[in-house]
Amino acid sequence: MKMHRYEEIWLTCGISLIVVFMLITGYQTFAMDMGPPSHIETIDPQKVDQTAPFDKPGVNKIGENEYEVVMTLESFVFTPADIEIPAGSTVHFILTSKDVTHGFEVAGTNVNAMVMPGYIQKITQKFGEAGEYLVVCNEYCGAGHQYMSTTIRVV
Amino acid sequence: MESVKPNREEDRHNEGHSQKGTLFSVFMVGTFIALLFVVVFGLYMSRL
Amino acid sequence: MNKLLGAHPRDAALSKTYMFVAFAALLLGGIMGLLQTIERAGLFEMPSYFTYYQALTTHGIVLVVVLTAFFTIGYFYAALSHTLDGLLPKVRKMAWIGFALKIVGFVFVVVPLLMNKATVMYTFYPPMKASPYFYIGLVFIVLGVWMCAFGAFIQVATWRKNNRGKHLPILSFFATGVFVLLFFGSLGVTVEVLTIIPWAFGWTKTINVMVSRTLFWSFGHTLVNIWYLTAVSAWYVIVPKVIGGRRFSDVLTRFVVIALVITNIPGGFHHQIVDPGMSQALKFMHVFMSLVIAIPSMMTAYAMFSVFERRGRELGGKGLLGWFKKMPWGDVRFLAPFIAMVAFIPGGAGGIVQTTNQLNQVVHNTLWIVGHFHLTVGTSVILTFFGISYWLIPYVSKRVLTPRINKVGVIQTIFWTIGMAIMTFSMHIAGLLGAPRRTSYTTYGDHAVAASWDPYTVVVVVGAAFLLVGGVLQLYAVFHLMFRAPKGETEFPLAEPEENASATPYWTERWGRTIILMLLLVAMAYVAPLVNFIINAPPGSPPFVTW
Repeated sequence: MKMHRYEEIWLTCGISLIVVFMLITGYQTFAMDMGPPSHIETIDPQKVDQTAPFDKPGVNKIGENEYEVVMTLESFVFTPADIEIPAGSTVHFILTSKDVTHGFEVAGTNVNAMVMPGYIQKITQKFGEAGEYLVVCNEYCGAGHQYMSTTIRVV
Repeated sequence: MESVKPNREEDRHNEGHSQKGTLFSVFMVGTFIALLFVVVFGLYMSRL
Repeated sequence: MNKLLGAHPRDAALSKTYMFVAFAALLLGGIMGLLQTIERAGLFEMPSYFTYYQALTTHGIVLVVVLTAFFTIGYFYAALSHTLDGLLPKVRKMAWIGFALKIVGFVFVVVPLLMNKATVMYTFYPPMKASPYFYIGLVFIVLGVWMCAFGAFIQVATWRKNNRGKHLPILSFFATGVFVLLFFGSLGVTVEVLTIIPWAFGWTKTINVMVSRTLFWSFGHTLVNIWYLTAVSAWYVIVPKVIGGRRFSDVLTRFVVIALVITNIPGGFHHQIVDPGMSQALKFMHVFMSLVIAIPSMMTAYAMFSVFERRGRELGGKGLLGWFKKMPWGDVRFLAPFIAMVAFIPGGAGGIVQTTNQLNQVVHNTLWIVGHFHLTVGTSVILTFFGISYWLIPYVSKRVLTPRINKVGVIQTIFWTIGMAIMTFSMHIAGLLGAPRRTSYTTYGDHAVAASWDPYTVVVVVGAAFLLVGGVLQLYAVFHLMFRAPKGETEFPLAEPEENASATPYWTERWGRTIILMLLLVAMAYVAPLVNFIINAPPGSPPFVTW
């Protein structure tokens, strides 16, 4: 297929640009463990309250500056709600839904994950500065979807 | 039923009209794509 | 010979009816959109019997499924008729049957929606459960679309049998690509809906959430790329004629169609980048497949500028960009699709950025995404459709486009452009700040972060006001062109290929091979995750009605 030389130049540059995007994000994903939340673990969606760790949702300290937040999502609440974390902590969120598909978004951070019934999702974020973060469900989940929020106070 | 014509010399560099403006324009598009990536990537990195 | 006589009357009646429904859908969907924006800005409260979420579900279905499907089918059937010497009677009949099936389906979809029994968004993710009749309606709509696809295949196959060795006329070539995608792209969602219906009736107790979602997105993104390919057909074939030029390299045009058909369906996975249950390696492969579509798009950008530059220089344009000024800016049949092309620059760029793996976390499910698709579908696709309507509707109505209506079109285009520019820009910024999509007005308990989003939602209302004016003008123009404009013959503007171009090789016409390649890519993308989601499935989910 004949192409004008200029088109060949353009396509070479354009494709290279996209390859660069993929190399950067690919390196971060596979060499630096910075990929998108992709936890692969299942759970019976009708037995969440009886299945560890979701039988005891809450905030657990697991290291010097490291916390685990075990949280269930249900139309239209996050449990636990309004949690507090010391500044400088790395927080591992462990999430599942008790009913429909929800989104877990901490506005102003990279915490943005889908939470499905039947699946356990995990996402990690370091909370450097103090402040109050707004957590919202960003996947439509019913009539009260716009009420589904909570906060993370970093102190 | 295949009919394939050999690649003619005249088509190789069809300079029927200048395509400099086209090259410039698509490079502007490419620049926009690159800039947008930098902005969002920068935001992503700043929120780590 | 047919070009002199104008449209075949019975074929024209078919397309005209499809156009009528398409624009009726614009009216309904547009009203929904307007209500949404003022509610979302906190300026208006929806009544309890018709909530924001009902309006939103209606808006999505009516604009992204009904308006687009009816316009696409009406447009391509006119193209098949015009370029393939008239529709075969049985093909026309199939298109009418398809029309009836879609209308029936639409009724089955809309009634539960109005009764608040299907407030599940256009994506209807299980385990949210709508009325089973909603899903039955979707099945009828898909069957109606398939009827039209099969009709198109019969029309094209018959022409090819009678014209062995010849290239399919280019607009029918695009049509074939679109109908191939419409059929194969909807197989996945059909399977999904057929498993949902017994669950919605209560005959099966649980549903597999991830399989449903994955099957949906094999369709959901394909669909919007189908509309994109439809608009692109007009960019390649119609617009050059409107400006008095020639169309870009025939072989490269056909290659772009083939590439878009082959790469479209696996591109849907970027909607699941932050889903659980799928490995990062698999996701990254899909990111790659999503980004591959940028290649035919980049080729299209080059082709468009090249066609304009060539024509502009022919008309005396000088210097690097002087040719731009020579374009017929006052002709709505050029202006609208041109702005549509320009809108695809931020639209496509945003698409590239948001699909690049973990960058998706910055914008997933935020208003950025809403801004993105209002640029790509709401502007690039819809403005192209509007631009087409100014010749297609008089063409099928045996009327002409008057200078006055052309002017209405130009003004309409300007209002639409300003409206979309304001609205989408604001949405993109609000999204970067974390404002969620598909969410009615809320202060999230008077939280400061939520308050920071409010100015942007108000600006969206300003954009919507411009769109309202544009929409009304467009509906007026369409009504006028259908029923009031002076009688006469309107040309179907088909551009000729470049002179002195070498003959396009025949491999482009091997649709069998194209379809096999497409299916291979689909298998590469979907077999592993689907098998995994089935074999390693958790216990399924019971139905929930949360509205």
